[in-house]
Amino acid sequence: MNLLLVAAGAAIGAPLRYLVDRWITRWAGGSFPWGILLVNVLGSFVLGLLAPQPDRVVSLLIGIGFCGAFTTYSTFAAVTVALAESGRLRAATANAFLSLTLCLAAALLAQSIT
Amino acid sequence: MPDAEPSRLVVVLAVIAAGGAIGAVARYGLAHAMPHQAGTFPWATFATNVLGCLLMGALLAWLHRARPARPLLAAFAGTGVLGGFTTFSTYAVETRGLLADHPVTALLYLFGTLAAALLAVILGSSAVRVAR
Repeated sequence: MNLLLVAAGAAIGAPLRYLVDRWITRWAGGSFPWGILLVNVLGSFVLGLLAPQPDRVVSLLIGIGFCGAFTTYSTFAAVTVALAESGRLRAATANAFLSLTLCLAAALLAQSIT
Repeated sequence: MPDAEPSRLVVVLAVIAAGGAIGAVARYGLAHAMPHQAGTFPWATFATNVLGCLLMGALLAWLHRARPARPLLAAFAGTGVLGGFTTFSTYAVETRGLLADHPVTALLYLFGTLAAALLAVILGSSAVRVAR
């Protein structure tokens, strides 16, 4: 049951991440990863609203499943390395700095309004 | 073919959903195997994210040279499995939880994960480049 809830949340979160990233990349253009940055900030905010979560179903489905799969560390890190390797060190640094600070700020903001 | 693009998008979304579910369940299993006490370094999420980055580096380096190109495998394994396995939201919320009472652990976790994740991507891709 627990695994099914996590899987169901992730089966929505992961493709939604792909769609949001695609829309933002088309809209913003360029090669800065605005889409992944936005996804991670939004997901950190939503999980920040939910955690700590007493309801087991909400925690598994939306917290661990949806938010966990909607956000990503591996794509963030791979894109940051790719920017640095292509000589765009400032963009790589900005991406890492913005991701860490904005996601933490989103989690703190969520805590302050709940 | 005007309707080729939407039907292709549905297939891509379906493989990402399947991969994401597999990755998230693996993350959940790893979190269970490494129980975490409040106020301590979140090793389970750290290990998940670093391992996911190592595999992502290796996968992208392999896909980069794959002929023919494998866009569906990239969607399934990269965007799906590894995207669903690793997580930024838990990382941000765990850092927030440590910040007030354990600021040194919070900063070690925040920047330690970043450094280890970037290094893991480089290691993963270098290993594949050397092996091929």
